[in-house]
Amino acid sequence: MLSQQITTLIDKELTKYPADQRQSAVMAALRFVQDEKGWIAPEDMADVAVYLGMPQMAVYEVATFYHMYNLKPMGKHTLTVCTNLSCTLCGAGDTVGYLEQKLGIKMNEVTADGKFGLREGECMGACVDAPLLNVNNKKMCGKLTPAKIDSILADLEGGEA
Amino acid sequence: MINIEIDGKKIQTENGSTVIEAAHQAGIAIPHFCYHKKLSISANCRMCLVQVEKAPKPLPACATPVSEGMKVFTHSEQAVKAQKGVMEFLLVNHPLDCPICDQGGECMLQDMSVGYGNGHSRYHEEKRMVLGKDIGPLVSAEEMSRCINCTRCVRFGQEIAGQMELGQAFRGEHAEIMSFVSGSVDSELSGNMIDLCPVGALTSKPFRYKARSWELSRRRSVSAHDSLGSGLAVHTKNNRVLRVLPIENEDINECWLSDRDRFAYEGLNSEQRLTKPMIKQGGQWREVDWQAALEFCANGLRQIAGGAGAEQIGALATGNSTLEEMYLLQKLLRGIGSDNVDFRLRQSDFSADGKQQGAPWLGMSIADIGKADRILIVGSFLRKDHPLLAARIRKAVVRGAQVSVIHSTDDDLLMKVAHKAIVAPGAMADAMTQVAKGVAAKQTGGIAGSLASGDRVAVLLGNFAQQHPHAAQLQAMAQQIANVTGGKFGFIGESANSVGGHLARATPQGKGLNAAAMLAAPRKAYVLLNVEPELDCADARQAIAAMQSADLVIAMSAYKHGATEYADVLLPIAPFTETSGTFVSGEGRVQTFNGSVKPLGEARPAWKVLRVLGNLLKADGFEYETSQAVRDEALQGVDVAARLNNAVGGIESQAAAVNGLQRVADVPIYATDAIVRRAVSLQATADAAPPKAWLRSSELGKLGIAAGAQVKVAQGQGSALLEVAADDGLPEGVVRVAAGHPMTAMLGAMFGTITVERA
Repeated sequence: MLSQQITTLIDKELTKYPADQRQSAVMAALRFVQDEKGWIAPEDMADVAVYLGMPQMAVYEVATFYHMYNLKPMGKHTLTVCTNLSCTLCGAGDTVGYLEQKLGIKMNEVTADGKFGLREGECMGACVDAPLLNVNNKKMCGKLTPAKIDSILADLEGGEA
Repeated sequence: MINIEIDGKKIQTENGSTVIEAAHQAGIAIPHFCYHKKLSISANCRMCLVQVEKAPKPLPACATPVSEGMKVFTHSEQAVKAQKGVMEFLLVNHPLDCPICDQGGECMLQDMSVGYGNGHSRYHEEKRMVLGKDIGPLVSAEEMSRCINCTRCVRFGQEIAGQMELGQAFRGEHAEIMSFVSGSVDSELSGNMIDLCPVGALTSKPFRYKARSWELSRRRSVSAHDSLGSGLAVHTKNNRVLRVLPIENEDINECWLSDRDRFAYEGLNSEQRLTKPMIKQGGQWREVDWQAALEFCANGLRQIAGGAGAEQIGALATGNSTLEEMYLLQKLLRGIGSDNVDFRLRQSDFSADGKQQGAPWLGMSIADIGKADRILIVGSFLRKDHPLLAARIRKAVVRGAQVSVIHSTDDDLLMKVAHKAIVAPGAMADAMTQVAKGVAAKQTGGIAGSLASGDRVAVLLGNFAQQHPHAAQLQAMAQQIANVTGGKFGFIGESANSVGGHLARATPQGKGLNAAAMLAAPRKAYVLLNVEPELDCADARQAIAAMQSADLVIAMSAYKHGATEYADVLLPIAPFTETSGTFVSGEGRVQTFNGSVKPLGEARPAWKVLRVLGNLLKADGFEYETSQAVRDEALQGVDVAARLNNAVGGIESQAAAVNGLQRVADVPIYATDAIVRRAVSLQATADAAPPKAWLRSSELGKLGIAAGAQVKVAQGQGSALLEVAADDGLPEGVVRVAAGHPMTAMLGAMFGTITVERA
């Protein structure tokens, strides 16, 4: 079941579109689900489909098409590292290596304590700051160095309290 | 009309058409995969790239509209180079193992690669692999690595079937066709995806690895499972039907087939086929030769006609018997002096008999329904009873037609329904009267308002309306509505030959008894043609009782069935694929077909069996050489078009006294006739799930029963144990319990009072 909070947000989103075009709100709806639960389970997609009156498969198409939707639990903080060309030229490979070593996980995995998940991302349109990572698709951190990564992780560890 | 030029050929084409349409009109082939004339344009396979004068690069012919003076080159160097490039890319990830692919020999990709592909591949890296999926018992999606992502199956689901069960998940290199969380594809039209799939990704599960397309003989036939008269291409090998594909006819089935028409053939090869005549002697069934069996029948009938009287003999046929069979059956009965013959087995109201001006029919052509702008559907499980008609109406709705529904269940038609009145069976006539009054009073809004505002109104009476105890009244009301709105009305028709049965005069013409009366007042002898009384009749329990009390039951059937309990002789007859015959479809189209294969074992075409019986009984005029001779005699002097007339007069309204819960009975889509009931793959689908007792949750609350519980549903002395389930689309006071299923065969009439109690 979608929480009251999510349906309220979806209803607000729906006011932006014509009444017979409820499916327009599907991307926003999926985002709200992910914000609340950290990922989007098939049952949530089915609920969104019912709520917006669209086929379940159509919601699934959208959820699987866009990279920023998590289709499995990705930990409390999902770190998405850009590995596209600019970032790679500026050392994204080292960033990934450092993160994997530091967190003790590989790409698309979650730390045992469920705090961090690591994902590979596509270009975030801020190559000037390469190499980049994105925390929970909300906060972009650029010009990464091992030291900077350490401080980001420390902040997240501390900030959760 | 505008003028264009394709490959130097001057062509006049309609403004707004696309290059590929114009080319096809002119007989110029353009290679393509994702384009299909019945589906929306997606232009994603890029195979149809052509050169257009003044365009800087090749354009996809399927998505390029024509314009005045356009010059298109489909075989120029630029076009062919583009097409070859696309082909090479399509083959990069496609397995190159045609010899082990089930589509081999009838594969668009294979054919096209001969024309545009290279002899060898320049790609040596690893190929993309897509896991197979299980999407149900009919369509195999085992080999999704073969998929070229044309999305024809997805668009078919969205646009024709009305439900999007398959979709393209993920993106780019990872894109794959799948269903939501490994769900099955349950559409009653799903088999068409097999035809649409240009490669071997979606194939027919029952036909998989049974034969190669070039080994098969193709025979033209006509569907025996609904009243549409869909054209069938029956594919046979070694005297066995191995698959069925559609024959395209824009006015009937377009290029589609319902799953029932497509997969019912499995029932033809069933283990239960009756292959030798059998006689019951001393309670034991014994196989005998035809001569002995027919003489036994003739003697039995002669004795009863001579003793108890010919009116003690009754004959029942199913509506999917051929015109020839029904004609000879009634001729035989009348030859020995009985008028008790009928094929309207599930009908319960015969009060229109004698008041109807002609044979009941669709009242319009199937194509007309597609062109109607206001459609009222009365008492029809449309999607399940007539899947392709539902698809046609769905298309009309997309074009702007308004559909209204008067019915006792609220099943999803997968189309926009403008207005609906979901009422208990006893209130249907009232609901119709309201609409008729509203239309006459030029009411705005509601069903009446919708109908009154239309130019081309169609009122369609479905199977439920035809089987309804007030069928004549519903017919009279439909007539009234059609007259006031200047529209047409008609019966969709239950079976392949519902109209043909009337033309063959397989109904009582004088004092004879109709199907219901023959069973209510049991006869001493019955001749059954294709009938399984407990599954095919309006009142299963009564039918069985009548059979059991009869002295002689002659069962002509393609199958060993329940008749072994009460029949005295079983005559193996050929199903429609093994005999020549004629079906007259709902719209009055007379379609004759030949047998696709030889009759199995000692089975014989029923018209030949009836002919010999006629001779043995010394009835006049049974010297036919061919089934065509029978048909010609049956239709001699009959102007089919003139005989079809739904007009009815002098119908008195019946008071509907209703006490307690009322039964609403559908005949499930895969329980309609003997062949379908034995088609194993169809029986494995979701639509063939065991019947439940459906009630509104409020009714369940009143009874204090929770959904999911086992309940005893009872009508009179008969009862059945079923699971109970909630359906809030049902009106108050009804219980939906399917008929035509062995689990409910001990219940009584399809309409009537029914009780539900905890088991």
